[in-house]
Amino acid sequence: MFNLEGKTALVTGATGGIGGAVARALHAQGATVVLSGTRANVLEELKAELGDRAHYATCNLSDPESVDNLVPAAEEAAGAGLDILVANAGITRDGLLMRMKDEDFSDVIRINLESYFRLSRAVMRGMMKRRAGRIIGVTSVVGVTGNPGQTNYSASKAGMIGFSKSLAQEVASRGITVNCIAPGFIASPMTDVLNDQQKDAIMGSIPAGRLGTGDEIAAAACYLASDEAAYVTGQTLHVNGGMAMI
Amino acid sequence: MSDILERVRKIVIEHLDADPDKVTEKASFIDDLGADSLDNVELVMAFEEEFDIEIPDDAAEHIQTVGDAVKFISEKSA
Repeated sequence: MFNLEGKTALVTGATGGIGGAVARALHAQGATVVLSGTRANVLEELKAELGDRAHYATCNLSDPESVDNLVPAAEEAAGAGLDILVANAGITRDGLLMRMKDEDFSDVIRINLESYFRLSRAVMRGMMKRRAGRIIGVTSVVGVTGNPGQTNYSASKAGMIGFSKSLAQEVASRGITVNCIAPGFIASPMTDVLNDQQKDAIMGSIPAGRLGTGDEIAAAACYLASDEAAYVTGQTLHVNGGMAMI
Repeated sequence: MSDILERVRKIVIEHLDADPDKVTEKASFIDDLGADSLDNVELVMAFEEEFDIEIPDDAAEHIQTVGDAVKFISEKSA
């Protein structure tokens, strides 16, 4: 089940905790992976760790031109068209709305949401021709529940969900699925910096009583990327230990 | 002109898996050949590739038949 041999995947944000786990898992299922991120040295390390069937392409997601060039660069690096896109890269610029600067809002929308649009558009031509494809957007539980201090981030993540539902309807007849994964709190450098009081408050809201792991998100990505998930499209798969049941 | 017609017909027949006899100049992609709106977009993209031209969106909207496509491409490549 969930064999990805012969498939080629692009994973953005592969230098992060979740993106790295997704890339490793897709690779372990047999996929050729193209890792993308801003830090070439980290990408190089991960590529070396994975060995065969691994490539990388750097990309600055805040630059539209760089985003538009990523898919052709990834396909050239892999020597094959992309069967799977995992749009995982994202940023936060948290702050209460009353103090939020214009660029805090627009940067987050551009990097999290607009790049998802640009990458999806770029992979679509090849996927349409092949009559197959998997687009997976890594969104967030806060895109559905909201979270104070994250108007920009939650808007971008909710935007990804709406975008995916619309695109899923446009291309379903061509064998292409578009889905989101919505992680809850996942152990990562981002959560490591929280203090004990913040962590206790978070644990109290998670029925599972613990943070999730990158591997648990990666497992969801393997499923949605697989041939077996062909009948699942326009969905958001919540992986959050029960913290929000939607 | 006849060369363009043949190349357009070939793309349409292949893409829509259409009966070659039905792919006449008057044939409408959607009404006669079973295309949906996404097929139209794909056809326009295939024409762009085949003839190395750019077909703007407002022009693409008016390309509804084989003849429309041939006419647009002939004018563009003339």
